[in-house]
Amino acid sequence: MVTIIYATAFYAASLLLVIALGRRIWLYATTPAPLKIPTTPAPTTKGGVVLRMVREVTVFESLFRSNKWIWLFGWIFHLSLAVVLLRHLRYFLQPVPYPIALVQPFGVIAGFTMVAGLLALWARRIVVERIRYISGPSDHLMLALLVAIGLSGLNLKFLARTDIVDVKEFFLGLMYFDFSHLHRLPADPALLLHLTLVLCLMVVFPFSKLLHAPGVFFSPSRMQADDTREHRYARSAKLESTPRRA
Amino acid sequence: MAEASSDFDPREKVHGDPIEMPHLACGAMAGSKPYPAAPNHQEPLGFPGELVPDWHDKAISRLGELLDSNKALRVYLDSCVKCGACTDKCHYFLGTSDPKNMPVARQDLLRKVYRRHFTLAGKYFPKLVGAEDLTKDVLGDWYSYFHQCSQCRRCSVFCPYGIDTAEISMAARDIMDTIGMGQKYSNEIIGKVFNIGNNLGLPPKALKATLEGLAEEIEEETGVPVKLPIDVKGAEILLVTPSADFFASPHMEGLIGYAKVLHESGVSWTLSSHASEAANFGMFIGSQENMQKVAMRIRDAAIELGVKRVVIGECGHAWRVAYSFLNTLAGPFDFLDPRYPFPQHICEFTNDLIEKGKLKFDKSKNDEYRLTFHDSCNVARASRMGDKPGGQFDIPRAVLRAVCNHYFDMAPETIRDQTFCCGGGGGLLTDELMDLRTKGAMPRMRALKEVAEEHGVTHMAAICAICKAQFSKVLPQYGFDREAIVSVHQMVSNAIILTGSVQEKELEESHHD
Repeated sequence: MVTIIYATAFYAASLLLVIALGRRIWLYATTPAPLKIPTTPAPTTKGGVVLRMVREVTVFESLFRSNKWIWLFGWIFHLSLAVVLLRHLRYFLQPVPYPIALVQPFGVIAGFTMVAGLLALWARRIVVERIRYISGPSDHLMLALLVAIGLSGLNLKFLARTDIVDVKEFFLGLMYFDFSHLHRLPADPALLLHLTLVLCLMVVFPFSKLLHAPGVFFSPSRMQADDTREHRYARSAKLESTPRRA
Repeated sequence: MAEASSDFDPREKVHGDPIEMPHLACGAMAGSKPYPAAPNHQEPLGFPGELVPDWHDKAISRLGELLDSNKALRVYLDSCVKCGACTDKCHYFLGTSDPKNMPVARQDLLRKVYRRHFTLAGKYFPKLVGAEDLTKDVLGDWYSYFHQCSQCRRCSVFCPYGIDTAEISMAARDIMDTIGMGQKYSNEIIGKVFNIGNNLGLPPKALKATLEGLAEEIEEETGVPVKLPIDVKGAEILLVTPSADFFASPHMEGLIGYAKVLHESGVSWTLSSHASEAANFGMFIGSQENMQKVAMRIRDAAIELGVKRVVIGECGHAWRVAYSFLNTLAGPFDFLDPRYPFPQHICEFTNDLIEKGKLKFDKSKNDEYRLTFHDSCNVARASRMGDKPGGQFDIPRAVLRAVCNHYFDMAPETIRDQTFCCGGGGGLLTDELMDLRTKGAMPRMRALKEVAEEHGVTHMAAICAICKAQFSKVLPQYGFDREAIVSVHQMVSNAIILTGSVQEKELEESHHD
């Protein structure tokens, strides 16, 4: 019964995530940008824009210039999350690729630093007056959800270990639509808690501020090149069709 | 004129760290509102004369149209994570302590309505995600706080997603105009541009008389017959400059500087009475239609006069519109000479001549000036000069260093792309907002105070008509001389040695002695 519920839930959540996020990305990609508005100084070439974007999403360049504490905690959290996600790939890939095997011990450390980074960000939200002012219930809940995912994951690793081989079989079965051999998901409360929280995150993702993840790649102030004198920019049909003298 | 409110003493506030974070004072600026536009300001721009009866539905549907036609708005309204990076970056927040002047809080005034009407979470869980209906109170907040943003883009520099509050406030002002709730200052001025040709409403006759007067003045000073031509067909260069340059000080001294440089370059040039204004307030009110209509005048004038190049005078947002938007809005300008950049900034023009060694200066003429440079926000964060990113910072400084002996930069966190707005940009340069303007100038005034004390700086140069007008008003309030603000080309004008001038002869004689 547990297996069927979670199998259905993961299919539904994945479908929702893909469709809703895909729709959002489609909207971002297809909404016209009538004018060039890069925040300058900006790169003058496409290659330069790619470099700017790489710096923005890997080392959070703008945030670094803004506030060293937010940068430090935010960067630790995101980097740790990336390592944790890489570590989790071993539950979805058979055989486990060598780099993923290599990352395993770091993934455990990252589990702790991820939670630490989140708690530090949360502390700022409560302690720093101006950030407390701009924080709403959903901002706290999002942090709570991510902290809970991290803690419930660490709990599985250190305190309430589950039959991880069964878990992997379950997910491989889902991924390959191999229902005949669908193994039973262990009905451990600790595991089910972790999985339920992840399901929540998948559902919330396309309807929340987590849209900053795809959003940053479509931000005109960051992804446009500063080249209006070199190349005429005309993307809006309305502007093209405007009647003019001469 | 309204001075800053009594609890704010500029002469006391001038001391301190320019980026000092204030304690929050909720609602401190809730009463700050510009005068509303009257029907005769609204209607010529294509907006309803007064608040329409179905304003709520019309506002929401206009927001929907803007979301569908502006990628920036759509992405920015979704992407904010409330990280706080922008919270201490706005000069109006630093000066007023009102938390709704924190960029994220200003954006949220529009974002909460967006969430309520355009997102699933906001429709079903409004309280959770801070979604709110558009009520009369919210609309009142919009009118107040979207007119406390000078669209300077300083926040967008620091946002990890590049969210630009200027785009949000432009959208909000567009929505308000659409429902008949415009701002008098900007809309009245756009009307003047349509009717008369420039922001100040100077008719062509007065303009010609002014230019003749200036030419006489230059000839008296130098002995050289420098002309300020207008509407001359077949001239090589069309100069488009803010109309303040024809009217006020220190703008006019800058215009004299352009005229001397253009004369010395030997290239024929002309002003245009049809495009006697570089400014484009269509940008401030976020109206692409009006911005385009204003921009078309430059194209029309260039064609009518048969010029080969277009040069833009010292004006911040005008340079943004010219550099970033003109080609899009009124292009292509393929009838101009492709060997020159279109458009070209007067500082680029002057700097090119300096680099080629074609201009002669006597720097000692500026020895009474110990100078610093105020980077104007639209030049700094929304445009470029020269071939390389950052030329907009280096080229005006190179010009200043070529014409004066004493130059000092202000604190690094207050210049270049981190520059602070003068406090009067974005359509806020109006007397009824004097309290806001004074407070918003505080970070810049503190940075100026620092270099005045440390290096004995006496004057601050700028390349923006709004900055110059704003500083002329607020400098005295902070205890500085009213004339401590100067034009970059005013400094050029002081030091330039025109060929065949009295100054040239004097210089030669002094060398012989």
